[in-house]
Amino acid sequence: MSEVAVKSRAPREPLFSKKNKRLVTDPLSDNNPVTIQVLGICSALAITVQVKQALVMGASVIFVTMMGNYVISLLRNLIPSRIRIIVQLVIAASLVIIVNELLKAYMPDVSEQLSVFVGLIITNCIIMGRFEAFAMGNKPWPSLLDGFGNGLGYAILLVIVAVFRELFGSGTLMGYQIFGNSLPNEESGLYTIGYVNNNLFILPPMALIIVGIIIWVQRSRNKALIEDH
Amino acid sequence: MAVNRDSNGYTFGFAIALVAVVGTSLALIATGLKPLQQKNEVIKQKMEILRAMLTKEEMKKVDRKNANEKFDQYIDLEKAVVLDINGNVKEGAKAFDVDIRKEYKDKEMKDGDRNYPMFAGSKDGKTIYIIPVVGKGLWGPIWGNLALGEDQSTIDGASFGHKGETPGLGAEISQPFFVNRWIGEKITNESGEFETFEIVKDGSGGKPKKVDGITGGTITSKGVEEMVNRCMVPYAVYFKNNKKS
Repeated sequence: MSEVAVKSRAPREPLFSKKNKRLVTDPLSDNNPVTIQVLGICSALAITVQVKQALVMGASVIFVTMMGNYVISLLRNLIPSRIRIIVQLVIAASLVIIVNELLKAYMPDVSEQLSVFVGLIITNCIIMGRFEAFAMGNKPWPSLLDGFGNGLGYAILLVIVAVFRELFGSGTLMGYQIFGNSLPNEESGLYTIGYVNNNLFILPPMALIIVGIIIWVQRSRNKALIEDH
Repeated sequence: MAVNRDSNGYTFGFAIALVAVVGTSLALIATGLKPLQQKNEVIKQKMEILRAMLTKEEMKKVDRKNANEKFDQYIDLEKAVVLDINGNVKEGAKAFDVDIRKEYKDKEMKDGDRNYPMFAGSKDGKTIYIIPVVGKGLWGPIWGNLALGEDQSTIDGASFGHKGETPGLGAEISQPFFVNRWIGEKITNESGEFETFEIVKDGSGGKPKKVDGITGGTITSKGVEEMVNRCMVPYAVYFKNNKKS
């Protein structure tokens, strides 16, 4: 893990102290799990074709990182260190199964769209990364905030990539046509003057290129993020 | 507390307790939600059948809440039949209870034992035959329903579904633009024999028996081709035999 675990010390800290707020805001920009720590890239490639899927996936990951961090933090003094990774994995896996079962029962349409990707949340490195680097050494409340912040940082990046890919790949946002109707023989809007959707945006490599551009922009704005080795 | 957290006994005890707690709670959640999930699946199945026979406008009025009554309104389950692979009617079998996806997955099953259900619906006084099909795409199962018009040959409507095809590529088989390419095609030639379809890439899909595939979704498109060509055979035989008599 590249980042240093933040140690919480004061026993009577206000719930939203400056330090606790930073736990949520840091992962959104200067310590973003995807662009800075480069974790969870695989799912950022897979489910960013449409904004809606990115939103639900982001929400599911936020739930798992939050709840998982909280539970791990509660158990942190009980977990035997030799099997801690397995324990973390069991907790992450059961939370993901719960999410999957709930989606199937109450949001069957969304569950169908996400299909296998919900199950693949287990393999998202961000989750195990936060469990091991933060929740194992911090109290439940900061851990909950840290999980929320990192989940949100992941979700935001996912949505940014998805906006580009859906807009230029399919000409839609959240399923609504932005540039007009692109179906053959029914063209309207921009498509009548010869605009065509860029199929490359639908293919996974484009997600990597967009993430790369975001990393570039972010590091050129904040030189402190550039590693010099 | 003087418990040695590095001792073997503690480690084993913790692992066993964790698994017991997690296992029990997951089992409870899964069992508790099972009825809801099964209800969702039955409704989904009914909606898929309706989607094949209804137009887009009519389908807009159907949602998960009223799917059951709409299904009863359009489909007469009494007239549904189950065929065997040779196109003969299996007496006493209930079409809605046949799980063709499960049968397709079961590689041990003999071809002679497989069931081929067909539903009969009526719309605007015309009979429509709805045939469920199942096959495999790139990542997992794909399925669909084809609705044949009164001539028992022209495809009147269709719906395709999939479990986990790539969004934006193979998953597009369920989109109207792809489904509409099938409408108007005939499954049989003049003498009533089944003729296979071909998914093409060169844009010649306007010709009979050819359907344009999806760019970037070739394997899924080919899966649809194989699925339709394999599943429709018994029905074509059934229709031919029943016309003679």
